[in-house]
Amino acid sequence: MKLIIAIIQPHRLEQVKEQLYKAEVNLITVNEVLGHGRQKGVTEVYRGFKETGNLLRKVRLEIAVNDNFVEPTIKAIINGAQTGEMGDGKIFVVPLEECIRIRTAETGSDAIG
Amino acid sequence: MNRLLVVLLVLLVFPGMAAFAQDQPAVTKPAAAVVSAPSLKIDTGDTAWVLISSALVMLMIPGLAFFYGGLVRPKNVLGVLMQCFIILAVLSLQWVIFGYSLAFGPGKGFWGGLQWFMLHGVGAEPYSNYSATIPHQAFMIFQAMFAIITPALIIGAFAERMKFSAFLIFTLLWATFVYDPIAHWVWGIDGWLRNLGALDFAGGTVVHINAGIAALVTAIVIGKRKSYDKHPTPPHNLPFSVLGAALLWFGWFGFNAGSALSANGIATNAFVVTNTAAAAAALSWAMLDWRFNGNPTMLGTISGAVAGLVAITPAAGFVGVGGSIVIGLLVGLFCFISVGFLKHKLGYDDSLDAFGVHGIGGIWGALATGLFATKSVNPGGADGLFFGNPRQFWIQLIAVSVTIVYSFIVTWIIYKVVDKVIGVRVVEKDEAIGLDLTQHNERAYTMLE
Repeated sequence: MKLIIAIIQPHRLEQVKEQLYKAEVNLITVNEVLGHGRQKGVTEVYRGFKETGNLLRKVRLEIAVNDNFVEPTIKAIINGAQTGEMGDGKIFVVPLEECIRIRTAETGSDAIG
Repeated sequence: MNRLLVVLLVLLVFPGMAAFAQDQPAVTKPAAAVVSAPSLKIDTGDTAWVLISSALVMLMIPGLAFFYGGLVRPKNVLGVLMQCFIILAVLSLQWVIFGYSLAFGPGKGFWGGLQWFMLHGVGAEPYSNYSATIPHQAFMIFQAMFAIITPALIIGAFAERMKFSAFLIFTLLWATFVYDPIAHWVWGIDGWLRNLGALDFAGGTVVHINAGIAALVTAIVIGKRKSYDKHPTPPHNLPFSVLGAALLWFGWFGFNAGSALSANGIATNAFVVTNTAAAAAALSWAMLDWRFNGNPTMLGTISGAVAGLVAITPAAGFVGVGGSIVIGLLVGLFCFISVGFLKHKLGYDDSLDAFGVHGIGGIWGALATGLFATKSVNPGGADGLFFGNPRQFWIQLIAVSVTIVYSFIVTWIIYKVVDKVIGVRVVEKDEAIGLDLTQHNERAYTMLE
């Protein structure tokens, strides 16, 4: 089992969701987050005052999957989120020790799907 | 440093204002003496009421901004507020420079003419053809607020996808080539619809049908929002919309009762039927929601209230309280159908239902005026169909049809011209990111400090 964490551009969320549904990945948690990558955010102007190094709005997805779904999920996220520009985001894959469905107390792979 | 700037600004502006204030009487006095007979006497009560009404109608514009602003997604709320607010700036200027003259200047033609350019001759003396007891300028500023709010109503149709630059040009052209002529025909001295006997107390045809049809046209030609077919976009801040609707209701007393241009019985009647129709429509929409959608919704109730206010607008000075209840209850039904069913059947994306509420509500109100009007309310008006004068209904029908056809065609032409020259719709990526960041480089809500 793996936990896939992806940071994407907020305006690509729709496309990423579409791609995930196509890959039959239906379980997803979404968060609005702030952050920036190597380019340290864009310049914004507030009433004439320039600000650089702003934290940018991003969307963070968390998807827990069984091992055979890892590749399809990653492909789906890339298909949906990639524009080729700076700031498209990152995907992290981390091992997942356990997963429990609260309703039934099932554990492991059964609980994910 | 900042303080220094403020002092400098004050020094710059004040002498200018003083000079202007001195200028004013010198310009207006001789002209006013020519225009009107010296016997006209200003009534202080009437003048106070019309000035306060002008301020009430002005408040409807930010009210509308919040009504619309709450209904869009958080990434577009500033875009909507900004569009409403900048209209206040742009059209206030257009109106005093040439708009008022085009709309209300005497003349049998397409427009009134330019004799009142820069308010030349529009001063403290009354102009008896429009209002014998208040300064001509009070009438002018009251009408200014109508000219400003009308194009602002259209914003609801193309919300969340129009370029700001295109919006500015479109609005200025629309005010000049659609609003000003129609206002002239219906309200102006020698306006041909006015001479025909069409009743429009506070702007059912000029304001609501006109803006409603323009909304339909722009919604159709600009096309649907990208996300429209995939999923609904629920209001991001419904309490904003409730606040906005409440301000609209409040301001509408100035809009309708102020249109009597006098603090008298007709103004009072307009006040009462305005409140009654809004109440009836709010209740009727809430009940329809309950019956057909399972719950009485806040959004439905405020939509109903606005629809009721729209529908009573042309009728306010001509119908009694019974007529206003029927007008209100039925407009709730008609708009509920047009917003809930018709729009989806026909497949256009009138984002915030500017046509569904103002177009449909306005058409019903203008026609209903021909049904329920009675001389017992206003001897200066006419009897409607239910009071033995079917001819009035036909006259209303003509005024409505003319407005629909003219507004439809000319709005379409203006849109196409602006689209050819600079392009009206934002690019797809900007639409996805939102108008706040792409058009104004600001955002309404921050997540962290």
